Amino acid sequence: MTQISRDDVLHLAQLSNLRLTNDEIDGLQTDIGNILDYVDQLSKLDTSGVEPTYQVTGLKNVCRDDKEINYGVTREELLARAPEVVDFQVKVPKVL
Amino acid sequence: MTISDIMSQIKASSARKVVENSIKLANDNQQYHALLNLTEERALNRADEVDLGKITGKFAGVPFVVKDNFLAFGAPTTAASKMLENFSAPLQATAVEKLEAEGAICIGKANLDAFANGGSTENSAYGPTLNAIDTTRVAGGSSGGSAAVVALDIVPFALGSDTGGSIRQPASFNGVVGVKPTYGAVSRFGVVAMANSTDTIGSLTTNVVDAELVMDIISGKDEKDMTTLPDYFQIQQVAKPNQKIGLIRDFMSDDVDPEVKSRINEYVEKLLAKGHVVEEVDLPMAEYTLAIYYIIVSAEISSNLARYDGVRYGNRSDKVKSLAELYGRSRDEGFVIENKRRIMIGTYVLSSGFFDAYYLQAQKARTLLIREFDKLFASYDVLIGPTSPTPAFKLGENTADPIKMYLCDIMTVPASLAGLPAVNVPAGFSSDGLPIGVQLMGPKNSDANLLALGRSMEDK
Repeated sequence: MTQISRDDVLHLAQLSNLRLTNDEIDGLQTDIGNILDYVDQLSKLDTSGVEPTYQVTGLKNVCRDDKEINYGVTREELLARAPEVVDFQVKVPKVL
Repeated sequence: MTISDIMSQIKASSARKVVENSIKLANDNQQYHALLNLTEERALNRADEVDLGKITGKFAGVPFVVKDNFLAFGAPTTAASKMLENFSAPLQATAVEKLEAEGAICIGKANLDAFANGGSTENSAYGPTLNAIDTTRVAGGSSGGSAAVVALDIVPFALGSDTGGSIRQPASFNGVVGVKPTYGAVSRFGVVAMANSTDTIGSLTTNVVDAELVMDIISGKDEKDMTTLPDYFQIQQVAKPNQKIGLIRDFMSDDVDPEVKSRINEYVEKLLAKGHVVEEVDLPMAEYTLAIYYIIVSAEISSNLARYDGVRYGNRSDKVKSLAELYGRSRDEGFVIENKRRIMIGTYVLSSGFFDAYYLQAQKARTLLIREFDKLFASYDVLIGPTSPTPAFKLGENTADPIKMYLCDIMTVPASLAGLPAVNVPAGFSSDGLPIGVQLMGPKNSDANLLALGRSMEDK
């Protein structure tokens, strides 16, 4: 049984930059415990000497000509999607 | 309604009439909630240009729908999330651009599970899509809206994305053809990323010929997606005779709905009658694939969804005083609970101390699965089985238990993890009239053979 404590859930939420309601914390504590229990079946597999597969394309070291790809998008168009902009820069609340 | 029927209608009337009719059908079928937004104004303008001869191409005037995780002009790209509720795409996905270059006309954006996280479209922040055949049931997911609009004959084809079954399973639930190509066959550029190592782009159509036509247009190398393969897809006019086909025994167990098994067995009989050889084969790693999938995919989701932080675009909470609070509140408002669940699972399996036991072990197990497929494809041209263990389930039936919901993907995730092409083709109905689909899987780059085989099996 994979035990996930309430503090574990809060720690994961912090690492994930999520803020959770009390109900969400309770639900996720159960769900995450159950899911980790389920995926734990992989520990039964003998994978000694097996290489991991991170990608399935079979492509290696894909290169292209060292020239700019035109995405057809301007700086102004991208900045227009930012919630707050001052002097062509994205504005955020004070960090410190 | 096939693409060729629509082309005849355009010839007999006009692109504008045909596009207007599609939009009318979309409005008449709003109760299914298959579409989140229409791109009506842009669509009608393009239709007029087709009628004036300014836009030409293989699909000139043919209306289609894209899943709302594709960047496209004319309406917001929401990914069915509150995070991107008002996000207007600054550019279009390569697949959409390629279809538009052939004159096709996008009329709207289809519903999905938020950020494609789900298998029923019930995780949409805007409410579920109803099954096109039985409105008490789910449309499947995550491309539920794309499957429903095709099944409802609103448009002849739709684009979807398939990370673990998100095209094939809804296609099966709504009785349409759904194609998940070989990984890398179709550019993913401009599609909201879910899990990069298994994300693929494909089509939903009413018949296999149309799937071949769409694939022919959207496949090929794209300098904006470095994982795309050199263009290899060519429609195969005649299916290869006397193919050797393996029926995956692990997908025909007692846990599978008996009516699903009956329809698959009937399909096997038809294959035999056509001169193909069908033998039962084993895929022992099948029982582990769901565990592998939910570790790897959650890890990739946690990484991909990290970019939604309320800073450069998307939802920014207005109740914040600090930057940390801005991240947290913006994400909290923008994600549905399934997004949060997967982000946190992904964060867990990637964290130091657990990485080797979960993430690395899953990637090694993935190698074992691929080896089993390689061994089978040394002797067999095609593998078959059901697409889903059951027909469409009831709305709300699986929402309380995430693992029960995940188990619905058990037959579609193996091909995703191995990057193989896999196609859902309709194989009849249950006694309740619910569609049942058969899944054809092949070795990498054999998409054309799978489709030619599927086409040769369609009832004429």
